[in-house]
Amino acid sequence: MSLDRPQPLLVVEDLYVTVGDHEVLRGINLTISEGETHVLLGPNGGGKTTLLNTIVGLPGYRITQGRILFKGTDLADLEIDERARLGIGVAFQRPPAVRGIKLRQLIEVAAGDGEHEALLADLIGDLSLKKMIDRDVNMGFSGGEMKRSEMAQLIAQAPELTLFDEPESGVDLDNIAVVGRSMNRLLKAERVGKGVRAGLIVTHTGHILEYVNADIGHVLYNGKLACRGNPLDLIGEIGKHGYDKCVECAICQM
Amino acid sequence: MPDVEARKAEIRRLAEAAVDKPATFGPDLDLTSFDVAADAQSVESLESLEKQTREAALGIGFDTTEAGRSGSYFQMDRSPIYRKVEQMFDNKLEIMSTEEALRLYPELMYEKYYWRNVAPDKDKYTAQVALTETEGYFIRVKAGQKIDKPIQACLFVSENNISQNVHSVIILEEGAEANVLTGCTIHPKVRNGLHAGISEFYVGKGAKLTFTMIHNWSEDFHVRPRTGVTVEEDGTYVNNYVMLKPVRSLQTFPVARLVGDRSRAVFNSIVYGLDDSYVDIGSETSLEGAGTRSEAIARTVSSDRSTIYSRGRLIGKNNDCKAHLDCRGIVMSEESTQWAIPDLASVGAPGAELSHEAAISPIAAEEIYYLMSRGVPKDEAISMITRGFLDLDIPGLPPALRRQIDKALEETAKESL
Repeated sequence: MSLDRPQPLLVVEDLYVTVGDHEVLRGINLTISEGETHVLLGPNGGGKTTLLNTIVGLPGYRITQGRILFKGTDLADLEIDERARLGIGVAFQRPPAVRGIKLRQLIEVAAGDGEHEALLADLIGDLSLKKMIDRDVNMGFSGGEMKRSEMAQLIAQAPELTLFDEPESGVDLDNIAVVGRSMNRLLKAERVGKGVRAGLIVTHTGHILEYVNADIGHVLYNGKLACRGNPLDLIGEIGKHGYDKCVECAICQM
Repeated sequence: MPDVEARKAEIRRLAEAAVDKPATFGPDLDLTSFDVAADAQSVESLESLEKQTREAALGIGFDTTEAGRSGSYFQMDRSPIYRKVEQMFDNKLEIMSTEEALRLYPELMYEKYYWRNVAPDKDKYTAQVALTETEGYFIRVKAGQKIDKPIQACLFVSENNISQNVHSVIILEEGAEANVLTGCTIHPKVRNGLHAGISEFYVGKGAKLTFTMIHNWSEDFHVRPRTGVTVEEDGTYVNNYVMLKPVRSLQTFPVARLVGDRSRAVFNSIVYGLDDSYVDIGSETSLEGAGTRSEAIARTVSSDRSTIYSRGRLIGKNNDCKAHLDCRGIVMSEESTQWAIPDLASVGAPGAELSHEAAISPIAAEEIYYLMSRGVPKDEAISMITRGFLDLDIPGLPPALRRQIDKALEETAKESL
């Protein structure tokens, strides 16, 4: 193995996932290496969130075939929290409100043991959390506040692989810029001895790519990864021809 | 003092007629099965109490070092063994046993305060206390005095199978303010017994009483507090109640009457039902003055084989009054039972605005997964959520009381793991 070649962080092999009685993912193959940011495009209901939630380990997503490896470890028998501690983080599209748990607490918990004063001060400033930090997490938060709260928790958690589920949804333009900046901070930060960060961004509009540079794009269509290419090119194609035509185009069929 | 003698006879007569009268709520107890409490020796210093007693007291927020307190009262079984007012509060605050107050101010007590907010014939428990009084505390804050450090009181049971019958009175004169922290608990060796406690509180014009009660009992102990409060014009009464340990049965339903215009009452209750605990808690606020406001918030968690009733009654009697009830429960075990019983009435007051929210639910799975996704193991996530659910943000709660409740919640969370 050459030192220069990025190591694969996440490897999804021939993954079939069933939700209820419905087979949502049908043979997904995806490798995300250290330092890479991937984008998952696709129509609503195409299985993007299913793939994310399966990687996170949420119940209700049954793997019927294939496997997911993270840093070489099969995730099949790991609980959600074990996956998180292994280095997988997730920014939810619509995180639940938790009565009685303050955002501050959740940031501290995500950061793990130790003192977090400096980190908290940094996050409160950077993400304008002053009004939210001592409120019950997500309780009555606006769309933008919710995303900023998710970003703060993830920056504290510092995962090696961050999964973003529709990071731009329900967010106004001011907040998209802040969210984008945080995503860059999450994806580009290097931790000593921890390798290089990677990310997987789920988006059906692609707006967030105006703020975040992504390396590789995929289109998830009908439970399969139908295309792979430059994310902005893919979005251009989809914009012009729609998802149906996009997946039929010659480049992807090669 | 013919009036006093006549009133004493009346109280006795009323009580005697009610000795077999069961309470409206809660399991009926056979009061003859409990023994009479013995006398205990007074102490010069609380630090001379034995270690287990001091630790038990600390568990309900009573600090025997008296640091940060303006005054203390300690009752062991039937005997007031210690009372003290810190020097700087000497002319502002009185603390003594109720018997002593009756001796010092018989006319005032019998005419205005003693058995005036709670009826001696309410049920067999009030009757028992009326007929076999075993002291209790008397706290009076003088007009205009703001006592910035909490006053602490401990009602302690040190012997098995006794009935502790206490009768306490708190008076806040016009414009006075005080925080009273009362803890009721038992020596670790005590398994069973009864605590029947009468509390009568009088909040004067523009006065503010924050009364926080922390209860720590044991698996075979029965508890029947009876509390009546009246609040005059512009007065505020805040009642915080915390019980996070097992009990055989506990039934309490404090009643606050907002008689003065613009007076307020707030009830906050936090109850954790463990083992075979039978807990029936509630409160009633009667909104009688113009511009009166009230809020009652209860958070209950039932686990093991516990049963919890969470009641709340709001009675609007003035066209300009407003009150809200908020009771939420989490049921953690298939063998436990919870009832949420909101109870609203508008009595001859079409303008009264009364509302309630009541909910009983499990801990939401998605909340657990959310915390787990940040690296928190499942058990810890459940404990964090439970603790958060019970951790009422009580505005204006003094930091010392806040810490006490936090500590109790922390311990419960740890034990539940």
